[in-house]
Amino acid sequence: MISDPILAYGSISAMTRLPDGERRRIRRDGLSLAFTVGMYGTAFGAASVASGLNLWQTSALSLLTFSGASQFALVGVLGGGGSALSAIATSVLLGSRNALYGLRLAPSLKLSGARKFLGAQLVIDESTAVSIAQEHHGDEGMHFGFWVTGLGVYVFWNLFTLLGALTARAMGDPATYGLDAAVPAAFIALLWPRLKGSKAWLAAATTILLVLVLVPVVPAGIPVIASALIALGFGWREGRA
Amino acid sequence: MITQTSIWIAVIVSSAACYALKLAGMSIPQSWLAGPRIQRVAGLLPIALLTALVVVQTVTDHQSLVLDARAIGLAVAIALLIARASFPVVVVGAALASALIHHL
Repeated sequence: MISDPILAYGSISAMTRLPDGERRRIRRDGLSLAFTVGMYGTAFGAASVASGLNLWQTSALSLLTFSGASQFALVGVLGGGGSALSAIATSVLLGSRNALYGLRLAPSLKLSGARKFLGAQLVIDESTAVSIAQEHHGDEGMHFGFWVTGLGVYVFWNLFTLLGALTARAMGDPATYGLDAAVPAAFIALLWPRLKGSKAWLAAATTILLVLVLVPVVPAGIPVIASALIALGFGWREGRA
Repeated sequence: MITQTSIWIAVIVSSAACYALKLAGMSIPQSWLAGPRIQRVAGLLPIALLTALVVVQTVTDHQSLVLDARAIGLAVAIALLIARASFPVVVVGAALASALIHHL
């Protein structure tokens, strides 16, 4: 047993210590990803203003919701004439995957108190991906990757959101600049990397049919929510992914 | 037309719910959501929702189906994705294509 607390700390940190080179590499990877993803914030800011939200509402979404797909969905449904309720439902359904990310990260991050409440807001696709990629470095690597990437994306995403919103506001009619096409383009770019395997493609094709059938007969916003049933139907039974 | 109040309600409620989901993931016992069925549905959820959003945003105007410049924008976006272009290139490319059609 080591009774001296400083020695005890030294031995623990020596055991789990991340080499400086690795720390630098994780920081570089995390921050470059954060900057790239942050730039998408420009597209979000512009899309949000084009959908009829003002500057404050747009920034509030990036600061508070802080989950790209959920934010795009909310402004997309509102801009398409959907009700506030259907916009909320779509955004929350898309945000549900963050709960699974948190579940995956929690045992390694071991956050408690204020750090947990702060860290929770940073649980998104990118911070999870970078953190999990450091698994071979143990909990310390995962911890570092999570905070660097999460905080990096938070800062850049919000700055670029503001830039996009201000630019779109200065430009005027969104259709003139093709901003109305930027929103579906952003959605398909988010969708594309997930279309892996025949089950994913089949689910997507079925969704297209369902939406085309529903649009003329149900209120705006409902077809998107109804598509969640496709995920339920295809995911319920085991099958080749 | 949706009111400013409704937009604010949507912004606040969805932010609160999205945060609650993140916090719940960090807090609940591992076993609760570990089932393979939940994992499968959760993996397919973004695929179904994003596909639906693409369709709604491209070929509908409120409750009617329409074909306009946005469809050209989407076609360009898909072509750019197949060519492995980055996210900003895809979005800007689609916007430029749609704007070009709009001005013709």
